[in-house]
Amino acid sequence: MNTTTDNWHEVETTARRILGDEIVAHIDQCRQTSEPQSHLIGVLHKIQAQHGYLAEAHLDAVAQLMQIPAAKVAGVASFYHYYRLQPRGRFLINICLGTACYVKGADRVAQKLIEELGIQFGETSTDGVFTLEGSRCLGTCGLAPVLMIDNEVHAQVTPDQVPVILEKYLSRVRRESHASSGPTGSLTPLRRLP
Amino acid sequence: MNSTVSDQYRALADQAERARDRQKPGEKILIQIGSATCENAAGSVDVLDEFRKHIAASGREDIVLRRTGCTGRCSREPIVGILVPGKMPVKYERVDRPLVHEIFTRHILQGEPVLARILDGPLEKLSQHEILTCQSNRCGWEGAESLQTALARRLGDLGITPDQVRITAASCFGACGLNQLGTCSHMLVRPDKVLYRVYNEDDLDEILQEHVIHGHTVDRLKVVEKTVGRKFFEMYGDVAFFNRQSRIALRHNGIIDPESIDEYFHYRGFQALSTVLSKGDPQWVIDEVTKARLRGRGGGGYPTGQKWSMAAKAAEKTRYIICNADEGDPGAFMDRSMLESDPFNVVEGMIIGGYAIGANRGFFYIRAEYPMAIRRIDGAIRQCRERGLLGKNILGSGFDFDLEIRLGAGAFVCGEETALIHSIEGERGQPRIRPPYPTESGLWGKPTVINNVETFANITAIVNYGAGWFSRIGTAASGGTKVFALAGKILHTGLVEVPMGTTLREIVYEIGGGVAGGKQLKAVQTGGPAGGCIPAKWLDTPVDFDTLAKAGSIMGSGGMIVLDEDDCAVDIARFFMTFSQDESCGKCTPCREGTTRLLEILDRITQGTGTLADLEKLERLAKLIKKSSLCGLGRAAPNPVLSTLEHFRDEYIAHVTQQRCPAKKCVALVHYEISAEKCVGCTVCARNCPVTCITGARREAHIIDQVRCIKCGRCFEVCRFDAVQRL
Repeated sequence: MNTTTDNWHEVETTARRILGDEIVAHIDQCRQTSEPQSHLIGVLHKIQAQHGYLAEAHLDAVAQLMQIPAAKVAGVASFYHYYRLQPRGRFLINICLGTACYVKGADRVAQKLIEELGIQFGETSTDGVFTLEGSRCLGTCGLAPVLMIDNEVHAQVTPDQVPVILEKYLSRVRRESHASSGPTGSLTPLRRLP
Repeated sequence: MNSTVSDQYRALADQAERARDRQKPGEKILIQIGSATCENAAGSVDVLDEFRKHIAASGREDIVLRRTGCTGRCSREPIVGILVPGKMPVKYERVDRPLVHEIFTRHILQGEPVLARILDGPLEKLSQHEILTCQSNRCGWEGAESLQTALARRLGDLGITPDQVRITAASCFGACGLNQLGTCSHMLVRPDKVLYRVYNEDDLDEILQEHVIHGHTVDRLKVVEKTVGRKFFEMYGDVAFFNRQSRIALRHNGIIDPESIDEYFHYRGFQALSTVLSKGDPQWVIDEVTKARLRGRGGGGYPTGQKWSMAAKAAEKTRYIICNADEGDPGAFMDRSMLESDPFNVVEGMIIGGYAIGANRGFFYIRAEYPMAIRRIDGAIRQCRERGLLGKNILGSGFDFDLEIRLGAGAFVCGEETALIHSIEGERGQPRIRPPYPTESGLWGKPTVINNVETFANITAIVNYGAGWFSRIGTAASGGTKVFALAGKILHTGLVEVPMGTTLREIVYEIGGGVAGGKQLKAVQTGGPAGGCIPAKWLDTPVDFDTLAKAGSIMGSGGMIVLDEDDCAVDIARFFMTFSQDESCGKCTPCREGTTRLLEILDRITQGTGTLADLEKLERLAKLIKKSSLCGLGRAAPNPVLSTLEHFRDEYIAHVTQQRCPAKKCVALVHYEISAEKCVGCTVCARNCPVTCITGARREAHIIDQVRCIKCGRCFEVCRFDAVQRL
């Protein structure tokens, strides 16, 4: 499939700056396959995994490199729940809102999280540490209600445990910033994206 | 028959067996640790780590750690199995670091199992032998009484105590497929792992005399074939939750190492593929699957053989096969378990499917929320390629086939097949009108077959054990078993695989152990957001695609949520409608607008501002959406509303006419009061109230300020004197 344009060099250089070499190389690989456009969803997953969310600039770069209309790329990115279009905090809290968790009281755990963090679903705490999201089902219904923070699953969570769990992550942030910026290190977001 | 294929298969299987033998599994003490998303969530990673340290510290080289998937016994995880050669396998539940130490020092080093922490224990004593008898109605023998009764009587006559021999009733071992159908019954003697055919009382006596008393196997009656349920019962046969199940799709879960192809070979892995390829006749496969009466396990229940046959007959020769692993139903997790615990079985099922329909490319569409399932399937595909089981000229048969993984991105509607196809093509996952069906025009316009994970997981069993055997399990309309994910207000949550036609009562009470906390069962919700609630009075409904549909619900992918008296029917309907409304893709008006309006009405009712006219509107609108939506999501979205309206109309009426929630669940309709007689003035409620609306002096009755109360229920939970009442 001939996908280069007369300003290809410029397109690629910009994309490299925005997406990084690894993702550009991955897109190159996808372009060699028989159905290059079908890899769009996988490419977006890779970008989100690396950058934490999909920024407008990311989507534009993907559109250019994959030669897919920007409107379609944006359409796909906004259609699927898994994609985040806003920067995320250091830790992503995903509370399962599936049926089994619901009947076991996930709504009360969610309420407690909202109170403790002072944010709603889809928002990031002001210190940039936590982003709160709800998931349709994490598939661990036997351990309901379930909370996932990044890739760590917390099972049979009660509202009372919420502050304890959050503190565990906060102290991790404190330790990390302590290690990186010396004893005066304060609680700052570690990765705030452009 | 193609001898090249069977020779190549033999060579691969021998190679795998040699690799396995080098580990000398029969001579070592095996520590099996569950490893799956759920097991890890319960702490199995720490447990593995702790065992590793203990083994290293002990310096013993005859102790081996082995990773297995999950057995689906979620509420007791992490589960650890200790297999000492010649001894009864022992499983421990809820293992943590201190227990690891105890197990290691007492059980492994000193040979004394920690009886207090045995799975489904505690046990007072481990018996020397355990005899499991088959309870399946496909077994029969000459004796007048049941095998179990006769066995108990004979053991009594011989003066053998339960300490020496324990008897357990089990489900089918799968030996009935071996031509002796109905003439004999079966029993399994543990820990020796000998399965016997028992034709009459003389056989029974001989087994007891020779085997149990003198320790000699009775070769005349021994079943030598590897039957389907055998390995599972050898390991888990003593556990009530498991021994009433018939495991086919889940037969390797919790037994084999999901990351080792050598191990899979040992459990007849790829034998089905070898059989199929050496026959060299795709039509034979389709005929077998049709004869087995296998129906799609993803929810629709469409006959798999028929679907394959349509794709195989298409004029277009480029065809695709897709495994739908976008398990989106909240409350269902069997697909995840199969992908994580027995990935090779699903892969083999797909290769066979690809061969049957004439496809050279297959796709796994897995939801991105399942990282471990993705990793295990990726690993399985890689190992299959290395052994030439995927790629060009598989096993020298001339058949080329390869698999790719494509990720979902969190859209429930992508479980609908046309939406799923669009998603693989890199588009928004919106469905289109059918026909044309995917078997005619699917992925990139080519004939495509889409089956669910569980459907593929059954294929190898059908080929290995026979379509006749498979079809006899189950009902007249659908053969085989169904895996259910039992969750909610049930004592034992987890995965349950039972023959089609098993009643809800058996699943909930005999396997699930009934409702937790002594509460009353209200209903069983099946089929997720597309299903309905089956009320307690219909518990004797045999579970099958057609019977559930008649009861106003659906089989769906097998989610089964048990609801008790504290769950409100209207609230559950509202919960599912929130989900469907959120997941509606927005393409067709009835679903997009209709679900929004349904949700508005349900919100009104749970807020106590609904009217009787709302109930009528709700019903009319629900039926309209059901009739006029474009895809399955929209057509099924009103089911939770319609089924609760049918079975629990009185609750709806109480909400709108009396502003009362009978289950006391709807926050707007309840309030809390403190009983002056019961309150001792301990001040716990007042100290826990987040809005400090509870007042009262120490040792005096407290009072809740109803105006400021936010009805969070905190006081109700913390009161130890039942003084706070929810009204």
